[in-house]
Parts: sequence; structure tokens; C-alpha cells
Amino acid sequence: MAKHILAALVENRPGVLARVANLFRRRSFNIDSLSVGRTQRDEMSRMTIVMESDSAEADRLVKNLYKLVDVVHVDHLHSQPSVVREMALVKVKASSENRREVIQLCDIFRARIIDVSAESLVVEITGEEEKLENFTELVRPFGIVEMVRTGMIALGRGGHTLKDEGFKPNRSRAAARRNVL
Amino acid sequence: MSDETTATDRANEEAGTSTDAVVLTGAEIVCECLLREGVDIVFGYPGGAILPTYDALTKYPQLHHVLTRHEQGASHMADGYARATGKVGVAMATSGPGATNLVTGIATAMMDSSPIVCVTGQVPTGAIGSDAFQETDVTGITLPITKHNYLVTSIEELPEVMREAFHIARTGRPGPVLVDIPKDVQIQEAEFVYPTEPIELPGYSPPRAARARQVDAALELIRKSKRPIILAGHGISMAGANRELAQLAEKAQIPIALTLLGKGAISEHHPLCLGMMGMHGGAEVNHAIQQADLLIALGMRFDDRVTGNLATYARDSRKIHVDIDPSEINKNVTVDVGIVGDLGEVLSQLLDRVERRPNEAWFDRIAEWRADSELREIVRPADAPQHPAVPEGKLLGAQVIRDLFEFTDGGAITVTDVGQHQMWEAQYYHHERPHSLITSGGLGTMGFGLPAAIGAKMSRPDQEVWAIVGDGGFQMTMMELATAVQEEVNVHIAIINNGFLGMVRQWQEFFYEERYNQTPMVNPDFCKLAEAYGIPTVRVTERGQIEEAVKASRSQTAGPTLIDFVVEKEEIVFPMVPAGADLDDMIRRPTPEEFEQQCRERAAAKAPEPETAESEEPAAAAALGSRFGV
Repeated sequence: MAKHILAALVENRPGVLARVANLFRRRSFNIDSLSVGRTQRDEMSRMTIVMESDSAEADRLVKNLYKLVDVVHVDHLHSQPSVVREMALVKVKASSENRREVIQLCDIFRARIIDVSAESLVVEITGEEEKLENFTELVRPFGIVEMVRTGMIALGRGGHTLKDEGFKPNRSRAAARRNVL
Repeated sequence: MSDETTATDRANEEAGTSTDAVVLTGAEIVCECLLREGVDIVFGYPGGAILPTYDALTKYPQLHHVLTRHEQGASHMADGYARATGKVGVAMATSGPGATNLVTGIATAMMDSSPIVCVTGQVPTGAIGSDAFQETDVTGITLPITKHNYLVTSIEELPEVMREAFHIARTGRPGPVLVDIPKDVQIQEAEFVYPTEPIELPGYSPPRAARARQVDAALELIRKSKRPIILAGHGISMAGANRELAQLAEKAQIPIALTLLGKGAISEHHPLCLGMMGMHGGAEVNHAIQQADLLIALGMRFDDRVTGNLATYARDSRKIHVDIDPSEINKNVTVDVGIVGDLGEVLSQLLDRVERRPNEAWFDRIAEWRADSELREIVRPADAPQHPAVPEGKLLGAQVIRDLFEFTDGGAITVTDVGQHQMWEAQYYHHERPHSLITSGGLGTMGFGLPAAIGAKMSRPDQEVWAIVGDGGFQMTMMELATAVQEEVNVHIAIINNGFLGMVRQWQEFFYEERYNQTPMVNPDFCKLAEAYGIPTVRVTERGQIEEAVKASRSQTAGPTLIDFVVEKEEIVFPMVPAGADLDDMIRRPTPEEFEQQCRERAAAKAPEPETAESEEPAAAAALGSRFGV
């Protein structure tokens, strides 16, 4: 068992997220996280899928993703050098007495404080998974009111890109595309 | 599958369509697109949300619409139509219940990779999501059971969607595609320009030839093997690679085992063809697979019904797997060489370089297993010495199929339902040609037989078509008798009527201590029922009547016919690999010697009560009890 990071380039069509999500359920894949967002091209979205599994299982997921007509390209980012990041927003209890301590921790982790109130701070922290875990462990004694994580996103380093050559968006279809995610 | 560009061009010519843009409604655009895809028949059922399209159909007499009696019939008919020719079958239904009734047929087509396109009406775009009358999320419902589906949200995308739907359905690993069209999109008007540029789907590119390195690796395994066996599946006939398969087997002297849907991949009269493998496959075939040192799996997917227990499946063999769907490779069985490609291309690649090799010792072993199977054979010519387990004066389902095979000269397209009769068909009707057995293999859909046979006959009116169904499955879709009558479809229906859900009963006998819960059926008089539709019928209760009944049916060349074969209630399909057991761990019918020995033992066990009347019965009958042939 290992952590597998898959990146998928998908056509920005209605229902594409449902198709991918349904695939996980239908073929019983255990997904740690899934994050989706637009890319530099309107007609494409990019998904980052993280799963804890053996490599045969990850391989099976890649093949099944490829079976979906809307999925243009899938890459197993394990096999090449890549940068991986995740972001979390953490609302930490902080009164006037211990606010300084929390701020110090944030400085060490290069996290940003993006909201302050009398009772709490909202911290924005970005990094690899381990860094986020360490940070939340350290602020936990102060009291975490609530938090949210984006799930991992990843890009191959250097020249490595997900192939989408030759893809020409269809004009009439593009008109029908909306905010489909 | 057929070359879509030439098919489209031909359809263009036939439809006499010009390239000048015309303004058409969405409904008319649907019809125009169907014509250009070469569609001649649409199976369907009208309703509110699809009415604009039904209205437009009146302007397109080239599109013959077949009114089914239930939408499930429409999707099965489209499926049967597709399987008989490889052309895409088309089903049409309205929104809501119309669309949901298609679902079983769509799932059936998905499991068996059958190319169909379903067009459904949807409530107007503005009403979607409002729980409007007859609204259902059919693209959501069919997401896991279609190869792809579309909800058309504007008339501008309609031509492209229709074209893509057919392209996706028929290419690569074929499958069902659903196009859901809101009523307002059907009513809107737009300039209709049929796209002529090639279809561009960046996320969809079916593979063609295999990589040279994989071909080399496969050839090396074949060269080193001593006990090779080819496992031929549905993919052979779908790729039209039948000739290549025969050539490969002949050139390298490798025996061929067939999956249920693989029947027709090669003539079953071919000396290298062993017959069907799997749960009810030939014992010699399953032994050969288990003892092989090389499996060459071609266009099959190692379904649990053909592998039995995966942990012990063909343990000593290396494995080559060729399939057009990469996700099938290493799915159930881990293989040494996985080749993704079109079977026609891959087999040609292999054929060029495969060597002739002696496999005599291997064939001798298979022949020994086969001789043992023949001893246990229960269906013998009427004048030959019979297996002692055959009860006198009773008609066996297996005999019916064997005789049907003989009296139709083995040349019919047979369409089966699901259950015991389906397995007897597979065992006793030997097919020579591709696409001549149409059966629901993957999903095992009872109710498939009759509608699929109607679709098959309409697809191949030149062919003799038999629907072989059980009394259970027939009653699931028998309302389609009316469709067959209305369309004057000359399909011959053979009901193997044992008054039981026979296959379930068999499981109950073997695995549930003979508790026959909910398997006996009180049936209508099928002959009277068919007569109510004006269908000529015959009832057969003895083997001697089969020939005449089949002749009488065949002499009817218009409209459907029906034969009610009233067969032995407690017949069993042998051999049987219990679900999850090892493939060579089969429940076999005893040999005549074993059977007589069992009879003596049982009679001896009963002996302590000599004064009862039963002791007067012949030993065999006493031993049988409620069981048949065990």
C-alpha cells in the first residue's frame, strides 16, 4: 500500500464530475481526496485524485478513467518528479492571552492569518500533506473550531505536462458549456 | 464494426440530402441524423416528452418504427437487431417511466458490449430538476450502464451529439449510448448542417494494432507451450476476426474453447473447436483449461462463470490476454502478456509469424476427457441405446434442443432467454456462423429472448430465427407477441416448459436441500394464449413429435409461430461447477455404470422394508426419488 497521486485532464462537460465520482463508487475504489478545477483552457478541467492502494489498484483506476469518454488524459504522478500542494483553512481558538503563541506557530509554518476576531483566528496554510498535519497537531491544543482542506493538487516538474495535443474545442458545443462542475 | 464514414456517405446518398443548410426542428434533426447513420428501424413507444419526434417520424417513411408493448421490449429488440448484424440498434422512449423501462435492456447491452443508441424524450429544459410530470434523471440513472450518455441542452449541439452517439456505440468495445432530448429542444428550429469533418473526441480513441514487443512476447509463449488452449469470446465475432482465429488455431495446432457469447467465433464442427467452457461447459473443456500450460484469451473477460475459483484457475499456465478494452487486462486474472488492440489486427500480426507445432500428446489427453464425457451423454439418437437415467416416456429439454438443432439443419439464428434452456442451447445447438447465437450472457436477463428474437429477425429477415425460451422468462416479456403479430415477424418461438424456474430449482436441489421455494409455476395454456393473438401453435409432449412440430413451424413463413414443449420437470443441466468452486470440480452426470451402481445401493438401503409396495418398483425408479439422473 502506498499513496498514489493521479492527475486527470477532463473535458469541461456537464456531468463529468458525476461520471468520475460514480466510477469510484461503482468499482469500489477508495479515494483519499479529489480536487477539481479549471485549467488555463476553458474547455478543460483538471482533477487530482489521491488514493491509498497497491499499484495494481491504481493501475485499474487509470484504465477505468480512460474508459470515460470525457477523460482526455490521465497520469500517474508517482512515476515522475512532481510538486504537490494542499491548502487548509483552520479556525483556531485564540483569545488575547494566547493569540501571540498561535501567531508564532503560523510564522514558523509560513502560514497566513486571514481573519481575526476576539475569539479566534482563521489561518491559511499551504504545503505538502505532512506539513498540514503537523500544523494542525500543534494548534489542536488551542482548540480547532473548524477547518477545511482542499485535497491535494499536483503538477509534474519541468517539461512534464498532461497531454492534450490535438484537442480542438468544438464551437457549437462550447456554446453549450456552462459552469459544469 | 462497419466503417462509419462510408456508412454515413452511403446514408447521405440514399437519403438524397443536399449539403445546403435547411431550417429544421430538433425532432427532424434527430430523424435526419438517424437516416445518415444508416438506421432503417426504430423500436419504441411514444409518450408526451418524445411526441415531437414521433410527429416528425411521419415525414420520414424510410425510418420504420416498431411499436413495442413495453419499452423494455424496445431496448431488447434494438439489442437483438444489433447482435444479429453488428449494426447499431435504435430504441426510442418518452421521459420518466418510458426511459426507466429501457433500463434493463440497456444494462443487458452494456454487459454484452452490444451497440445500441437509445433516444429518450425529456421534460423541457426549464422544467428539468423541478420534479415535473414524467421527469426522471435518466442520464443519472444510466450513468453506470451506458458506454456514454448525453443530455442535449441546445439544438445546436444535437447533430454532433447524435453523430458521436453512434460513433461511440459502434467503435472500440461497442456498447449502449443514451441521448436524452428535452421536449423544447425537439420543438426548436435551427439551421441543420450535418457535420462532415471527422469526429474529434480527445478522450476517446479505440486502439487498433498491438505493439510489436507484446506480439513478440506472445509468440515466444506460444512457441514454448506444450499444452496451449485458446479461449475465444464475443470479441472475435464483434471484430469480425473469425477467419483469423481459425487460421491461427490451424497454423499453430491449438484447440479452442468458447465462452457462451463466443459461440459462433469458429464453427463448432471444426476439429479444433472443443465447445463451451465454464459453469455448464464441457467437462473435457474445463479439464483442458485447468491442465493447460498456456491460455490464449481472445476477446473474453474471465467472467466468474467461466473461471470458477480464481485462486485455483489454470494455476500452471502462462496467460496471454488480447482485448480491445485495456481495463479488462489484469482485471480478474493476472496475465503474463496483455495485448490491447483490435482482434482482427492482432491476430493477423500473430498469424504472420506463429509456427506450426506438434501438440499430439495434448490432443490425446483432451480426447480421453471427451470419451469420458460421451459415456455420460444423455441425449442420444432415438434408436441408440439410451442412458439408463433417462426416464421412459418423458421429454427432456436437452433432447428438444438437440433435435431442434438437427431439424433446423443447425442453420438458424437462435435467440435464447436465460436459464436451463439457455445452457442446453449452448451445449446442444452447434453454431457454425458468427452472430448466430444471441443470448444475454453477462447480465443474464430473463425476458430477453422473445423481444431480442423479434429484433434479430427484423435485422436479418433472410434468416430463420428461433426464440428458445423458458416458461419463466417468456412470461416476463410475452406481451411482445402482439408486436410480432402486428409487424408480421416470422419468428419461431420454442417454449421449454417445465412448470418450474428450472435453473433456480436446480440450485435449490443442489445447495438448498431441495426446498423448492417460489420456483414451481402455474402457467397459462401457452397454446391458447398464442392463439388469442392469432398465432399458430403446436404442443409437444413426446420426443417423437418434435420433428413434425418443427417442420410445421418452419412451413409458416409469415408471422410468428409457437411450440409449447412440455418437458420433464426435474431435469438438471450437467455438468455444473458450483459457484465459487474450482473449475474442474464439477458435478457430473454419472456414467451408466455409476448410475446402475447408485441404483443398486439405494435399492439395498431401502431393502429392510420388503412388504411395502415400493419394493415392486424397478430399482432405478426407486432410486430416483424426486431426483433426476443423479
